[in-house]
Amino acid sequence: MAFFVVQFLTGLASAASLFLVASGLSIIFGVTRIVNFAHGAFYMLGAYVAYTLTERFAGAFGFWGGIVAAAIVVAVIGAVVEIVLLRRIYHAPELFQLLATFGLTLMVEDLVVLTWGPNDLLGRRAPGFKGAVDFFGQSVPSYDLFLIVFGPVVLGILWLLFQRTRWGVLVRAATQDRDMVAALGVNQKWLFTSVFAVGVFLAALGGALQIPRDAVNHAMDLRVIVDVFVVVVIGGLGSILGAFVAAVLVSELNAFGILIFPKISIILVFLVMAVVLIVRPWGLFGKREAPARRTPGLTVNPWRPLTGSERLAACALLLCAAALPLVGGNYAVSVGSEIAIFVIFAISLHVLMAVGGLASFGHAAYFGLGAYGVAFLAKMAGLPMIACLLLGPLLGCVGAAVFGFFAVQLSGVYFAMLTLAFAQIVWSVAFQWVEVTGGDNGILSVWPERWAASPSHFYWLTLAIAALAAVGLRILVFSPFGFALRAMRDSPLRSEAIGINGKRIQWTAFVISGTVAGVAGALFAYLKGSVFPDSLGIPLSVDALVMVLLGGVETVSGGIIGAIVYKALNIWLVSQTDLSKLVLGAFIVLIVVAFPKGVVGMLEMIRHRHRDGTPKATSLIASRIETAE
Amino acid sequence: MRRSRFILSAGLAVILAGMANTAMAQSEIKIGEINSYSLLPAFTEPYRKGWQLAVEEINAAGGINGKKLVVISKDDSGKPADAQTAANELVSSENVAMLAGTFLSNIGLAVSDFANQKKVFFLAAEPLTDAITWSKGNRYTFRLRPSNYMQAAMLVEAAAKLPAKRWATIAPNYEYGQSAVAVFKKLMSEKRPDIQWVDEQWPPQGKIDAGPVVQAVAAANPEAILNVTFGADLVKLVREGNTRGLFKNRAVVSFLTGEPEYLDPLKDETPEGWIVTGYPWYDIKTPEHAAFLKAYQTKYNDYPRLGSIVGYETIKAAAAILTKAGSTDPEKLIAAAEGLKVSSPFGEITFRKIDHQSTLGAFVGKTALKDGKGVMVDSVYRNGADYLPSDAEVEKMRPKD
Repeated sequence: MAFFVVQFLTGLASAASLFLVASGLSIIFGVTRIVNFAHGAFYMLGAYVAYTLTERFAGAFGFWGGIVAAAIVVAVIGAVVEIVLLRRIYHAPELFQLLATFGLTLMVEDLVVLTWGPNDLLGRRAPGFKGAVDFFGQSVPSYDLFLIVFGPVVLGILWLLFQRTRWGVLVRAATQDRDMVAALGVNQKWLFTSVFAVGVFLAALGGALQIPRDAVNHAMDLRVIVDVFVVVVIGGLGSILGAFVAAVLVSELNAFGILIFPKISIILVFLVMAVVLIVRPWGLFGKREAPARRTPGLTVNPWRPLTGSERLAACALLLCAAALPLVGGNYAVSVGSEIAIFVIFAISLHVLMAVGGLASFGHAAYFGLGAYGVAFLAKMAGLPMIACLLLGPLLGCVGAAVFGFFAVQLSGVYFAMLTLAFAQIVWSVAFQWVEVTGGDNGILSVWPERWAASPSHFYWLTLAIAALAAVGLRILVFSPFGFALRAMRDSPLRSEAIGINGKRIQWTAFVISGTVAGVAGALFAYLKGSVFPDSLGIPLSVDALVMVLLGGVETVSGGIIGAIVYKALNIWLVSQTDLSKLVLGAFIVLIVVAFPKGVVGMLEMIRHRHRDGTPKATSLIASRIETAE
Repeated sequence: MRRSRFILSAGLAVILAGMANTAMAQSEIKIGEINSYSLLPAFTEPYRKGWQLAVEEINAAGGINGKKLVVISKDDSGKPADAQTAANELVSSENVAMLAGTFLSNIGLAVSDFANQKKVFFLAAEPLTDAITWSKGNRYTFRLRPSNYMQAAMLVEAAAKLPAKRWATIAPNYEYGQSAVAVFKKLMSEKRPDIQWVDEQWPPQGKIDAGPVVQAVAAANPEAILNVTFGADLVKLVREGNTRGLFKNRAVVSFLTGEPEYLDPLKDETPEGWIVTGYPWYDIKTPEHAAFLKAYQTKYNDYPRLGSIVGYETIKAAAAILTKAGSTDPEKLIAAAEGLKVSSPFGEITFRKIDHQSTLGAFVGKTALKDGKGVMVDSVYRNGADYLPSDAEVEKMRPKD
């Protein structure tokens, strides 16, 4: 019995650490709608700065003062980031801020290694909380008890802050309806900055409080960020109490789950999230989101099919691309194949995001399923390459059909997080089911047959498929199905009123998108000759998002350019420097500031301005329609 | 006029550069090296220093049959797919004579499969998975470090002498952890049929929630614990275990913990008396190691980690293979490498013909606290050759070429 009580307390201590970070993220998201990917980076910075301060200033005062000072220092950094970077892009398309914070995260990872060195750092133990308390023969670390008390205290302080201060009232109002708050004359700029700083403060405090039990290292950010997102979503976006309950739920399920299934930790949070979102689509304490007032379709230049001369130009570009093997060596051609594959992957997600308005955070699942489909068919069934390429993507199609059915019942960030949960579940199956998938050692020797083995032949094959996919998806965008999909994106209510079966349209789009991603994965398996669970993982899903956002989510074919720019740059930087993350992150941040509509989006805007010269008039009309919504 | 002169001179420059390039290429031998520099800097920084020292020494001694040795190093960002891109670049664009390096098992396997497909010689430095030389071995791939099996066998030898009968295991939930536990259990149960395995914990790699794990292991009340976690996970596990008294009156056997990379971060929280594999650089008195230590400390003003040894010996072994082969033809390299004896800071090692595994060993000893720092004491070098299964067993596991 004593054991179960102690295990429960241990779970509570884990929950407290999780909650601190999650509460900050929840506040930031609630008010600014920024999916703050850099939250983990601030958590990590908090730990590093606290390490430095507590090493320098000894004693109880030095330790606790150092913890708080570290959180303040990082909060100031956060405020500066908000003022310098994020303020410029609040009006960019949805999720574009994700790109900026992703760039920041990449930079911070390299910067901490440059500043604090590559080794894991062992912080001091907390003065006064070094030992353990005996509880019926079981030891409970006193620091755990401190955290168990501290978590609810922070919850209480936040509650008071939100319920009893004017600032809190404004924050709650902005969480509910930030346009209305702005209309009532509240200075949104400083409200957002202060909210961001408070959120970052909590993240950094959470990180700083880890130093007595953790090793400070440069991978802390990624360890925490996904779990924290999941906790926020389970609790319901913007709900602090929800984040607390979710943190306790997840931590306790883990603490007791490992007693029965020791391998459960790897997937537990995602299982919980999938179940919660299917049962309660807005999280435990979340409320149904009010329909978005800004509809992206109205603010962009209207889409149109390519004109005859533009088609000729596209064909000419394709021919140029096809000439690559004549000038480049084997390496350049293989890189070309890889880029072509990622173009296919990016446009598959782009269709879902730009045309369907559905941002999938777990698109790698279908890419990876396609790759595994090929590997199974080639290695186990021994089918020829053509058959594998045709049938392999079907696994991606089936996966998309099953998961898409549940996912399209949701919208917005909840949709995104459910796709992420599904992707992680697929990943963990591939990772754990060693007998079939080889676990993380993967499936080897899936090389192309002789007719496609030479780099140039394989390149032409991938290029042809990429061109087919791009043309096919473009035709889809301008077909009646594409219009119905766009109608659902712009106004679900109106489109359902005119008889569009919205969910089915979205589901179909999801399946098409997943299948195309599967095609990319199938080609990728042959390009690399092997398949690993990485090709299902979160980093690849994030890469896809970055490519689409970089290209421009309000465009028809931004995914193509985004994929080419991001992948080419990534491959080149990784080859040239060990600090590729720093340079790539800085580049992304620059792009975000310079092209807040993505590369293609910006180019199109410039072209339009030249063509009709009346951007003001269109935006006026747009805003009038917006208010009518 | 002006323009044509410009074009002329540009053309000349290109031709000259091209000639210089080929002239350089004839007097150089290139090795392509791949590792997870950005993902695992704690290991790869000392590793890089190690191989850079080796390159310097080799070229100071006249290079490889008179040619200068050049190592071209690439980062794989910890992803198998990126490692293959890098391998492709090294082979296709840089025309390297051989590939070397890699840390993570899955990356080692990916590059080894690439090497097999493209018929390139590959010397795997660090990956520990048994598959790379056995179940997924191929004729183009050789491996330097003692494998999972060998390290497990070294630890079992010491662990079997313990009186403990009830054992629990804690290992990261991926291939390395899984196979380390599997081999350890198998070898241990062969030697000690009386042993019971009472609990196993599988925290995700890099994401251990140490409190509940420690508590769960304690609840099973084992007499001894096998640990396979390392890095930040190990630090958290040790801290929680110390606070909660998990290691009190319990024997602990632990993979890799004696390596400075993993032992040093534990500082004054180093648990005492763990049986570990590792690298006690301060205690090795052989002349080969003393020479290496002196050269390393003079050049870098820092002490070596195990990564330094691996990096140093990888390039030394590669150079020995290239020198003996006298050619960059992969078939000749394989012929030269099979059965090759090379000196190393740990003594002479052999690349076995049967499975391309080197006989580099490891030190087995106990952890202790000295001046607030973790050290290995009572360490003994275990020669890798003594901890491999019989040839018949190896042949059964390894696919025929």
